[in-house]
Amino acid sequence: MLANANRMTPYLFLAPAALIMIVALLYPIGYMIYASFLDWNPSQRIGEADWIGLRNYTELLGDAAFRESFWVTLKFASIVVSIEMVLGVGLALLLDRELRGMTLLRTVFILPMMIAPIVVGLVWRYMYHPTVGTFNRFLDSIGLPSAPWLSDGDWAFASIVIADIWQWTPFIFILSLAALQSLPRSAMEAARIDGATGWQLIWHIKLPLMLPVLIVTALLRIIDAFKVLEVILVLTNGGPGLSTEILALRISRTASEFRELGYAAAMSNLLLILLLVLTIAMFAYTKLQEVRAARLRQAAED
Amino acid sequence: MPRITFDKVEKSYGSVQVLPPLDLTLNDGEFTVLVGPSGCGKSTTLRILAGLETLSGGEIYFDDRPIGSLEPKERDIAMVFQDYALYPHMNIARNMSFALRLERRPKAEIDSEVTRVAEMLNIAHLLDRKPAELSGGQRQRVAMGRALVRDAGTFLFDEPLSNLDAKLRARMRTELAEMRDTIDKNMVYVTHDQVEAMTLGDRIVVMNAGEIQQQGTAEELFSDPVNRFVAGFIGSPTMNFLEGEISGDRVKGAGFDLPLVPELGQRAAKASARAVDVGIRPSSIQLTGGAPIDLRVVVSEYLGAQSVLVTRCGETEVLAEIASADRIPTGDVRSFGVVSEDIMLFDRASGARI
Repeated sequence: MLANANRMTPYLFLAPAALIMIVALLYPIGYMIYASFLDWNPSQRIGEADWIGLRNYTELLGDAAFRESFWVTLKFASIVVSIEMVLGVGLALLLDRELRGMTLLRTVFILPMMIAPIVVGLVWRYMYHPTVGTFNRFLDSIGLPSAPWLSDGDWAFASIVIADIWQWTPFIFILSLAALQSLPRSAMEAARIDGATGWQLIWHIKLPLMLPVLIVTALLRIIDAFKVLEVILVLTNGGPGLSTEILALRISRTASEFRELGYAAAMSNLLLILLLVLTIAMFAYTKLQEVRAARLRQAAED
Repeated sequence: MPRITFDKVEKSYGSVQVLPPLDLTLNDGEFTVLVGPSGCGKSTTLRILAGLETLSGGEIYFDDRPIGSLEPKERDIAMVFQDYALYPHMNIARNMSFALRLERRPKAEIDSEVTRVAEMLNIAHLLDRKPAELSGGQRQRVAMGRALVRDAGTFLFDEPLSNLDAKLRARMRTELAEMRDTIDKNMVYVTHDQVEAMTLGDRIVVMNAGEIQQQGTAEELFSDPVNRFVAGFIGSPTMNFLEGEISGDRVKGAGFDLPLVPELGQRAAKASARAVDVGIRPSSIQLTGGAPIDLRVVVSEYLGAQSVLVTRCGETEVLAEIASADRIPTGDVRSFGVVSEDIMLFDRASGARI
């Protein structure tokens, strides 16, 4: 009896905090899931909305505009994350050395990600401006014709990609650099003695050892890229046409302009499920590897 | 295999000199041990030889070829690291074959080479495992194996046994000694453990504070140390040192008055120093015979066949190694005998042997 009570004690003490955490975390999500089953507009209280079951979801599947914005988002996320990974990791490999002025250089490199996205949007909108913008004035000064930075669909997409790369490559850079600097030094030295050239060292040792960090970094960036909003809102507001209308923009429009809160919630949930599956799959894989290694090592020590 | 020559090799970090100019020649095919306390520059010397540290001055020659500015991979060396430095993401077979794969050797040749070495080291059953899945001792073997697979001219060992427990360390030491006799290569081995140094080294180089104190065989270092540092570093239990004064053909101090054998007496007479440290090995103190000395027995440490007596001569601690069959009660002052031929004298100011 006493032993039983003792076992329960820690849980008893943890319960209030755990309860608050769970409620605070799950309440909004639960609210969103509930809302996705409703035909609900902002003039109604949630209790007054009609329960329509899965109709929001079935409708989504046939919604061409949603499909288009999902496609734009997928394209945006895969392009920016791929380029940012290559640039960020590349820069980290390049700057991972102890030279004079390196600290300053590293600090300069991570400045962009410290700026509020809305400000980034405003600055880039100015630079992309058709007549007084930095880019067109530069093109003009070297005798080239102006470019339709934000006024043509493909150009606008490229423009938001460039702005995102500018802001978020530093994120990859800083995490890659941290990963590089925590790699076992002696393994690197062993590889040099084993005959590895600089490139071989990067390819056979550094990158594989950074992989766990790179996977998590990419995952964080993918999640973020799928939810990107402010910069695009300021730069193109989704246009021209639907060429840059990413999911977050579509969702916020559905809620505020089209006044369909339930439908917007259903979109959000779909996005949430997608990212959740991605995250769980990756963490489960890493965990499995660790457990296996620990078990075998234990067996070897005995 | 090249003969390796260090010619005034120096290493500094900024204004901090960690290695004053060092001259050293390693004969080809020899197992050389660099030994000394931590911070004595032995690891730095090895890492410079490996090409992992740059030279601040001087040059290293393989035979007559300067190699000081060559990359590690151009020096025809293999190395075993203290923390093993295995590649965590590769299995054992790939760890061992990494260098051969970089050389683009034929696959069949790589496989047979890896299998041969793995069998020699009893790790053939581990080839599919990752380093994280091995015990410390197994990782150590893999680190050895990875070096041995390479047909390098020179093998470098940086304290390879120091992360193992005592029993495993003793076993690996024996295996290394066996390997030394079968593999005809240059081997340079760094350790802080004088037992490892004495059992493994064809030649032992004792270092302290970046400087070579003495080099020679284990026997030479033990029986004929050039200074107090070497005398105290080599041998276990360590040599006893008593502060004394030379007085004619005797040496006297608090609680002792010992005769010098004629040869040492003559050297002592010519020496400028009168203040000396008297060095007596624990094994040179006997229960009977020899020059008498009174010691108070404090503790008797039973080690099986031998016992180590911790005694006091005046205020100074003196260790004596005797056969356990002779039981000595603790607390008593009794007379012991010192083998007077074994007494060594060191200039107290310079530490040099007289």
